Amino acid sequence: MNTPTDPDTLARRRAGRLAFWRGLSSLIAAAIAWNGVFFAAGLWFPLWWLGLFGDFVLAVMVAERVGRVVPLRGRRAYERTLAFGFPVLALVAWQVIVDAGILSATWFPQPTRIAQALWEMTVSYDRFSQTSLIGRPWLIPEVVAQSGWAAGWGLIAESHVWATLGRVGAGFVLGAIPGVLLGVVMGMNKTVRLMLDTTLSAIYVLPKIAIFPIVMLMFADPFGEGPKIVVVALAVFFLMTINSMAGVRDIDPVFLMAGRNYGARGFQMLRHVIIPAALPVIFAGLRLALGTALIVIISVEFLRAKQGVGFITFYYWEVLNPEKMYAGLVVVMILGILLTYLLQWLERRVMPWQRD
Amino acid sequence: MKLSGAQASPPRETATAAKIISRNVTKIYPTVRGPMTALTDFNLDVADGEFVSVVGPSGCGKSTYLRILAGLDTLSAGSVLIRPGADPRKPLNSVVFQEYAVFPWKTVIDNVAFGLEMRGVARAERLETAAYWLERVGLRKFAGYYPHQISGGMKQRVSIVRALANDPEVLLMDEPLGALDAQTRIVLQDELLRIWEETRKTVVYITHSLDEAILLSDRVILMTAHPGRHLATFEIDIPRPRTVETMNIARFAELRGAVWDLLGKEVARAMELQT
Ligand SMILES: Nc1ncnc2c1ncn2[C@@H]1O[C@H](COP(=O)(O)OP(=O)(O)OP(=O)(O)O)[C@@H](O)[C@H]1O
Ligand SMILES: [Mg+2]
Repeated sequence: MNTPTDPDTLARRRAGRLAFWRGLSSLIAAAIAWNGVFFAAGLWFPLWWLGLFGDFVLAVMVAERVGRVVPLRGRRAYERTLAFGFPVLALVAWQVIVDAGILSATWFPQPTRIAQALWEMTVSYDRFSQTSLIGRPWLIPEVVAQSGWAAGWGLIAESHVWATLGRVGAGFVLGAIPGVLLGVVMGMNKTVRLMLDTTLSAIYVLPKIAIFPIVMLMFADPFGEGPKIVVVALAVFFLMTINSMAGVRDIDPVFLMAGRNYGARGFQMLRHVIIPAALPVIFAGLRLALGTALIVIISVEFLRAKQGVGFITFYYWEVLNPEKMYAGLVVVMILGILLTYLLQWLERRVMPWQRD
Repeated sequence: MKLSGAQASPPRETATAAKIISRNVTKIYPTVRGPMTALTDFNLDVADGEFVSVVGPSGCGKSTYLRILAGLDTLSAGSVLIRPGADPRKPLNSVVFQEYAVFPWKTVIDNVAFGLEMRGVARAERLETAAYWLERVGLRKFAGYYPHQISGGMKQRVSIVRALANDPEVLLMDEPLGALDAQTRIVLQDELLRIWEETRKTVVYITHSLDEAILLSDRVILMTAHPGRHLATFEIDIPRPRTVETMNIARFAELRGAVWDLLGKEVARAMELQT
């Protein structure tokens, strides 16, 4: 890049910089004034939502003003700062508001205390549930030396996180595979579609937690893992059936004609035309199904489980330990993010042709 | 100039055996507002190794006829036949679709090799054939690309060589160059001429462009506006080999004028029908 030297350009730049700083400082002054007035007039308590809204608007204006002067090279860093900076800012605000006594620390414990609770739940053995969030990995070297790898694995398998992950994973796979298959068949065959569509739509809208008791009755051990996995699988199954059917019916008929004209029949047609054409919609459905699977398993664990993230969250609510209850919710969110990443990774592997 | 009028002309007697025989092809679509006749009593025989273009106002049933020929749609009355060749393993027809219909989930080379793959040709062999055809249309470098990474003109070339690589008895092309810009279109017309004059496949070619029809064809068929039926046949007696330069010769302009005389009226009638 060449640096311009003519006085006009330099003067214009200096004026621009000046205007920028003036704008920014007046915005910051406005923010201070806005919050100051709220505090002084004691408006925070009745009108906290208005105060927060005003602060949010001011934050957006500041970010926009800064965004206009960010050079092209710094664009990505700037966008990432916005994406991660805002949640961090929200957490800081939460912390400050509770520290200042505006919100009750009993019901809205500060993020730092939640983080601390999360740490405790992870590294210390809980005598009531006889495990921790991640089991007892610290005993692994000892136990493996004494009784072998299987026993060592048992120390992880007993954990709350593993219990929830295992149920979600097993239920997801057990529901998604037949769901996609049936959905594809329904998308291709009008008779099957007419026969099943109404029934499926009716069952789909039932809250799965409401049929959990029936599912329990179907198992020899109603309190075991079977019913929990099956209820997740059911939720995923109906969603994926409806979704894959829509995906197949949405295929541009010209692709089907091209497939047929070039000699694809039966299974070849499925493998080379129908499945790949419907995959983008199927993956969008899997993302939704993942969220549903987590909702179902957490609610089932609230109701009836001796292990699992949902169980531990509800347990700490019952014994009035809100920090740990929040920590449980944080674990659910982390699981959701990790599983979504896993699904996105799979999506890129399965559909290398998708533009990103 | 030989010019056979519409209804008056008897089915054309071809010296060589006809490759495609279509008799009284009629297509009636059932719609909510009652039956809709898209195509009525359409006759067309195409000789082995002949290049025939079909021209007509939009919506006159050209694509419908091509789909029926390809066996992708049923007919309401009449009959179509494509004579099988000496090699029974060869596919009867391959279509170049009006919309590109290149599979977005397959790489360029896998798209071109698709027909061969479906017929069970071994991987090495079909990729070799596909690579040969990509080379011929200058797309060798793009073999590993996905369709969304190449331009519209390239996609249409992929769609054309997908049909050629399949080596069918007859080639059915539905406005293969319709969506292209003027320059790319001329380049591809030249390419098509070159390839056809070397392979001499039987071709039914649908287009909106009179220039293109006259330049490429041995015979141009004109269709009436909705419902589609045969209007006129023009023999194109310009000697081959032809190139895009052929469009500058006097005979070309003469033929063009004669065809437009009829087609222009028909297009005007079609537009009146729509209002
Ligand atoms: N599936 C269908 N159901 C009902 N009507 C149809 C169907 N397909 C085509 N048609 C009608 O049949 C007529 C002929 O359609 P077709 O696509 O064959 O026209 P075309 O000559 O190829 O037109 P264009 O030059 O615009 O491609 C049109 O009026 C169209 O609306
Ligand atoms: Mg058409």
